[in-house]
Amino acid sequence: MTEIFGVPTQALFGQLLIGLINGAFYAMLSLGLAVIFGLLNIINFTHGALYMMGAFCAWFLLQYLGVGYWWALLIAPLAVGAIGVVIERTMLARLYQLDHLYGLLLTFGLALIIQGVFTNYFGSSGLPYQLPQEFSGAFNLGFMFLPKYRAWVIVASLIICLSTWYVIERTKLGSYLRAATENAALVQAFGINVPRMITLTYGFGVALAAFAGVMAAPIYQVNPQMGANLIIVVFAVVVIGGMGSILGSIITGFGLGVIEGLTKVFYPEASNTVIFIIMAIVLLIKPAGLFGRAR
Amino acid sequence: MADPTSPAVRAPFGETERTTAIAFAVMLVLFVVAPVVVYPVFLMNVLCMALFACAFNLLIGFGGLLSFGHAMFLGMGGFVSAHAARIWGMPPEAAIALGTAASAVLGLFTGLLAIRRQGIYFAMITLALAQMVYFFCLQAPFTHGEDGIQSVPRGKLFAVLDLNNIWVLYYVVLAIFLGAFLLIYRTVHSPFGQVLKAIRENEPRAISLGYDADRYKLLAFVLSAALSGLAGATKAIVFQLASLTDVHWTMSGEVVLMTLLGGMGTIFGPVVGALVIVGLQNYLAAFGQWVTVITGVIFVVCVLAFRRGIVGELAAWWAKRRA
Repeated sequence: MTEIFGVPTQALFGQLLIGLINGAFYAMLSLGLAVIFGLLNIINFTHGALYMMGAFCAWFLLQYLGVGYWWALLIAPLAVGAIGVVIERTMLARLYQLDHLYGLLLTFGLALIIQGVFTNYFGSSGLPYQLPQEFSGAFNLGFMFLPKYRAWVIVASLIICLSTWYVIERTKLGSYLRAATENAALVQAFGINVPRMITLTYGFGVALAAFAGVMAAPIYQVNPQMGANLIIVVFAVVVIGGMGSILGSIITGFGLGVIEGLTKVFYPEASNTVIFIIMAIVLLIKPAGLFGRAR
Repeated sequence: MADPTSPAVRAPFGETERTTAIAFAVMLVLFVVAPVVVYPVFLMNVLCMALFACAFNLLIGFGGLLSFGHAMFLGMGGFVSAHAARIWGMPPEAAIALGTAASAVLGLFTGLLAIRRQGIYFAMITLALAQMVYFFCLQAPFTHGEDGIQSVPRGKLFAVLDLNNIWVLYYVVLAIFLGAFLLIYRTVHSPFGQVLKAIRENEPRAISLGYDADRYKLLAFVLSAALSGLAGATKAIVFQLASLTDVHWTMSGEVVLMTLLGGMGTIFGPVVGALVIVGLQNYLAAFGQWVTVITGVIFVVCVLAFRRGIVGELAAWWAKRRA
């Protein structure tokens, strides 16, 4: 067996792959947070709970309606996005005139409610989600086996992230969005319905979380607590990347996933904390974040 | 953070110094008499959490800094004092002092990082740093991970007062709470507290007047961390246990909730909030996860309809009645 730096290549590439997968989820979730933050100035604490709801939605569809993975990939984001629209219209919209921290507190409370209700009905042990038939098996890359589903997660999340980037940075709709981020009142004066744009943006960001949840369902167990710990790591990712740039969130998400994976190989004791340590270092060197602008 | 137009913020201690003195006297009498009717261990839990919430309120209510990671100070204070009392055989006063000092040092380092950003970022950074401390406590050998430090000896305070007597213990905890409470009151009313409020209202302006905003914020952060550590250290001695629950992010959320419910920026609010929440957890313990749901509902209701909290609303109602 070949070795690199005294570590078997098999283990190294295995952890690299896990790192890339985790990175894909960090990227999708931090992207949603960044899009929401850009327009609403709210850090969406409910993001983790909605990611979990996405996974549960897929599980419900399969368990009770026999609706498979592909449809879930479409239905779950729409359903959770609709819930997000309701949350924004009925609750968040009342807070825009207040200090932004109230939005954080409200979404934290909502996250507790959602997680509590799901834990009540489903316990805290995970529910298995059957891997779709077409993804069983693996590609033999010569130096390692790459399970088909894991390859799909990386490719699909890259496609989602890059198309989000394209829509926001390269289309007319995206230009409205960016303009409203800079100066909402002025954009409204030009006759664009900013409140509706805010609602749809929140719905979209949340749908992104649900999409990530469906993708996560076959890999991790479907579990009411799956979003809670993840969201804290994603917050650290957001602080490291800075919320100024879409591409920045994507790169930071994948990058940190890989770094975390490598830490598991070389110094497993620190694998839980490495992202937080990087956050501390970035704060010392570049407080606005790697891709951020000082606000 | 707190709505600056609310009377609770303009006169954070109710209407006048006199009202404050009366309220303080009422609180004092209630806490002195309470153990006759209420289970003392429950009351000591309330006192520890009230101290924790008051320390947290110093930061959010008067400094405008929302820390979402205050559990790290509570938990670290608890672990260090439990370790000092159990393994090093220190007397309780030394163990508590050491726990407090450990949290102050932790507060200095995390504060130096966190005050580099403001508002929402400050909240996220403190949350992330607290999660790092949580993983540290999970893995470090001295905390015994999931088991926590159990059967911590209570010992004799100053080699005289036997803390194994529940009554002695109760009044010692009450004395610690009152001491810290008065210290916070004094801090808020000192020139330091005034500058802190000025920074909260308008930081660039405070800086333009020559105040080094970062140093004031850091000092407030360290003070708040130390007092949270004091609460945790006392709690560890009272319950003879230091566990991971006190470092977990749910605890950070709980202290935010107590302060929000009682009234941010009011001096008695956190005490009322702590009483309500600890009471709620005590009586609803049988309902398991529904406690989490109820906690969440209280959060949502407070933010949407009840931003001044119990004490803030009372003060507003009182002011309106007198006007």
